[in-house]
Amino acid sequence: MKDSLVLLGRVPAHPDSRCWFLAWNPAGTLLASCGGDRSVRIWGTEGDSWICKSVLSEGHQRTVRKVAWSPCGNYLASASFDATTCIWKKNQDDFECVTTLEGHENEVKSVAWAPSGNLLATCSRDKSVWVWEVDEEDEYECVSVLNSHTQDVKHVVWHPSQELLASASYDDTVKLYREEEDDWVCCATLEGHESTVWSLAFDPSGQRLASCSDDRTVRIWRQYPPDNEQGVACSGSDPSWKCICTLSGFHSRTIYDVAWCQLTGALATACGDDAIRVFEEDPSSDPQQPTFSLTAHLPQAHSQDVNCVAWNPKEQGLLASCSDDGEVAFWKYQRPEGI
Amino acid sequence: MVGGGGAVGSGLLENANPLIYERSGERPVTAGEEDEQVPDSIDAREIFDLIRSINDPEHPLTLEELNVVEQVRVQVSDPESTVAVAFTPTIPHCSMATLIGLSIKVKLLRSLPQRFKMDVHITPGTHASEHAVNKQLADKERVAAALENTHLLEVVNQCLSARS
Repeated sequence: MKDSLVLLGRVPAHPDSRCWFLAWNPAGTLLASCGGDRSVRIWGTEGDSWICKSVLSEGHQRTVRKVAWSPCGNYLASASFDATTCIWKKNQDDFECVTTLEGHENEVKSVAWAPSGNLLATCSRDKSVWVWEVDEEDEYECVSVLNSHTQDVKHVVWHPSQELLASASYDDTVKLYREEEDDWVCCATLEGHESTVWSLAFDPSGQRLASCSDDRTVRIWRQYPPDNEQGVACSGSDPSWKCICTLSGFHSRTIYDVAWCQLTGALATACGDDAIRVFEEDPSSDPQQPTFSLTAHLPQAHSQDVNCVAWNPKEQGLLASCSDDGEVAFWKYQRPEGI
Repeated sequence: MVGGGGAVGSGLLENANPLIYERSGERPVTAGEEDEQVPDSIDAREIFDLIRSINDPEHPLTLEELNVVEQVRVQVSDPESTVAVAFTPTIPHCSMATLIGLSIKVKLLRSLPQRFKMDVHITPGTHASEHAVNKQLADKERVAAALENTHLLEVVNQCLSARS
């Protein structure tokens, strides 16, 4: 297990600050990072090393908490504690801020693009989730404000192929939303975590969702359609989500992020105990009650809290991570033999 | 992250006659500490010395004089890089509890090596909103956002400034 995660490189991405989040572009050639220094940085390779291609420092007045690439790879969205979300248009190595989305009352905590590229979701400490529609002229219109959570909303993520949105909150729950007659509605609430839910990740099929929390556990939820063979009860025509696995006892502090590799199905976590861990599903386990094994554990991956882990969408096993120490690290994950 | 108007500047004190406790003496310096060859690990007294002089937000007194912080409620492990501080609000409905906790947290963040993991929480059973305050103080994202609020940062800095 010791050699399953090998360091490829490390860059001081946001010196004297905190690096909060990372996002690979869909082609897997560029990595965007953001942090407490109010900037977004774009990283690419030159030979064997990672270099900073652009610095986007003009958009925000406060911490940039998250970044997200559009599915076409031509736009980048950045969510900030300054209550705004900037949309950046990529023109070779240059990025121009084309729109600033305003409306949230305070810190925007997360932003995510729907797989079609026509919808964008944002969430905030103001407890709301906003769904925005994008037209051909780069105009953004808010089509729904969802007030289902009772506290700070920490993260939003879209289903990999459907227009199904998930959000994680300080109120310890996960909520799912879908469109219904020109409006958006909350169609499921996932209860079980005992503290703040920090992040979410769908598996490649979109049938399962992983959530990570301040309660030091990762939970795996599975979707059961109405009239499923397993007899899981559903209300009306909406599928039901059931927790089918809890990873507890592995993490010693808050788990800030979880990433499900869309190529291999490996599950990585970023933890406040400075460690990165990777889990793999045991192939022989029951799909209704799967078990996962810890296949990599790097106790001092960073010198401070690890805030984010991101699998490269094209290159198998390439993992990026970032930390409160301001650094971004690149890792090669190799599944240990015999698993 | 600090809710409500509170009593700061309103002239009305929530706890008008708090009990005042005696300050502890200066830390005696041992021979081992004076020997620069001996590694000097961070101990509970050192953490206590960092936080005992923090000003209370509403009284012209320190957290030590109000018994809000005590050395026995400081847990530290230098080899494990962990510090836990429990603080005791003077009254169970003190609206300043989050601000006091935030001031302790900021003092430790500014003073200790970055490898330290810090937990600042209310002494169990001493505050009506203990869970909510503890959850806010443990949420580093909310703490980071709060410290970008210039007004709040000013109030924290006042708590941390040396009294003239």
